[in-house]
Amino acid sequence: MVGHSSEPVLRFEHVWLYFEDKPALEDVSFEILEGETRIIMGASGSGKTVLLKTALGLLKPDSGRVFVFGQDITRLNESELFDIRARIGVLFQEGGLFDSLTVEENVAYPLVNQKAAPRPLEDVRERVEEALRFVELEQTMDKLPSELSGGMRRRVGIARAIASKPALLLYDSPTAGLDPITAYTIVTLIIKERDTRKATTVVVTHRYQDGAWMANFRYNPESGCLEPLRNGSSTERRTRLMVLREGRIVFEGERCEFEAARDPYLVKFIKR
Amino acid sequence: MLDLLKGPVLSVQEFFGLTAKAVRNIFRGPHYLDDIFLQMDVIGFGSLPIVILTGFFSGAVMALQLSKALSTYGAVGKTGELVSISLTRELGPVLTSLMVAGRNSSGMASELGSMKVTEQIDAMRALGTDPIQKLVTPRLVATAVVLPLLTVIADFLGLFGGFVIAYALLKMTAAHYWNSAWQALEYSDITQGLLKPFLFAFVVALVGCYFGMQTTGGTQGVGRSTTRAVVVASVWIFVLDFFLTRIFVNL
Repeated sequence: MVGHSSEPVLRFEHVWLYFEDKPALEDVSFEILEGETRIIMGASGSGKTVLLKTALGLLKPDSGRVFVFGQDITRLNESELFDIRARIGVLFQEGGLFDSLTVEENVAYPLVNQKAAPRPLEDVRERVEEALRFVELEQTMDKLPSELSGGMRRRVGIARAIASKPALLLYDSPTAGLDPITAYTIVTLIIKERDTRKATTVVVTHRYQDGAWMANFRYNPESGCLEPLRNGSSTERRTRLMVLREGRIVFEGERCEFEAARDPYLVKFIKR
Repeated sequence: MLDLLKGPVLSVQEFFGLTAKAVRNIFRGPHYLDDIFLQMDVIGFGSLPIVILTGFFSGAVMALQLSKALSTYGAVGKTGELVSISLTRELGPVLTSLMVAGRNSSGMASELGSMKVTEQIDAMRALGTDPIQKLVTPRLVATAVVLPLLTVIADFLGLFGGFVIAYALLKMTAAHYWNSAWQALEYSDITQGLLKPFLFAFVVALVGCYFGMQTTGGTQGVGRSTTRAVVVASVWIFVLDFFLTRIFVNL
């Protein structure tokens, strides 16, 4: 059993956030424990991305508190937030790669710019190679993001997110707009990263399939493929699902509870 | 009524917030020197052709127009003097800044706007850099350095344009034209002519960056920001010019 009794890595306490007069997050409270995998689902516009950006301190809630690694980030200023963010890896919706920088410079960006960890250049290069090898794109180092396909850009985004070996990883709609084969590759990478480093993982998605994969499969380092979790071993990693609807949490629980749910909004996700 | 005012007041507040942060960042690290030099190249060297052309032709047109008016008083010989004063005090700084605003405020708004809508600005913050420090301050510093220099070039080419007209059409001698142009200038003209572009640089860079950073609504939003940046920067250059001229005239 990993992490069940440990401190929450991320905790929201009655968070409200408004865009102009419309609430984007309404009284959102939850906590994610160390080593946990959390799948956050919801239709587009339900506040999933806003929630991730609030967790990163990119958006400030209008009321309520957000704790990351036990620290209340709603009270921190931008430069104090940099230290917290250095421990979080994030993949933005479209990858969020800097299009004026090469793939190598993109992946090196957090390593070079985070104040907390100044590193010698050879070390940076080694880390970048390692991260790109992880997503199997080490041959694209000198390319610009515009020369890559959508799926490859997403993979470079993952490489950049994991380059600094963060303790918490946030993925914003990693499979949105991708074909099923590429989507599978991306989810495989996320599971591989989760199972090799045991980092706390938060995946925001509108596809239940991604959540089901994350909950039911594990990465086998010997074969290099995903394999179904055997009965009994599912307690080894805790995967919980959460569903947002118009800024509110309408479901939080295990996969079996989700599948047993009768709520028509939740059922839609499973049937799709 | 109050609701109507809320939007503009908020924009002004945010604009000055951005200005304060961008200026404060000049005095504290980290400094992105590479970005400053890159922007100087883009804004300064890149604007040379249009600045040279506008400078030359505005000087030439001034000489043509003024000689016509001056001939009524039999004072065509004063053409050089008038061209040089109006160029250094007004036309050089204003036209150069307008040209650079058209070229670079729009460029900054569209570049930063695209970065905003593709979440690159968020990514920058998430990965440990302050976007104002990395994007806005270098553009501000670069513009503030190169705009006065570009103005000097525009002034000189304007004088040269005036000279071509004076020599070829008005049959003035080179010595007469350049002497009268040189003698007409006072130190206060030069101060005014260099201080104006320095202050206009703040308008050009900060308005461009502000509209870029405020962009929402995808590619359409980028287009809107770009247009707004050019319009607002141009109008503010004229407004600021009026007040600066008012101050200098009284001095």
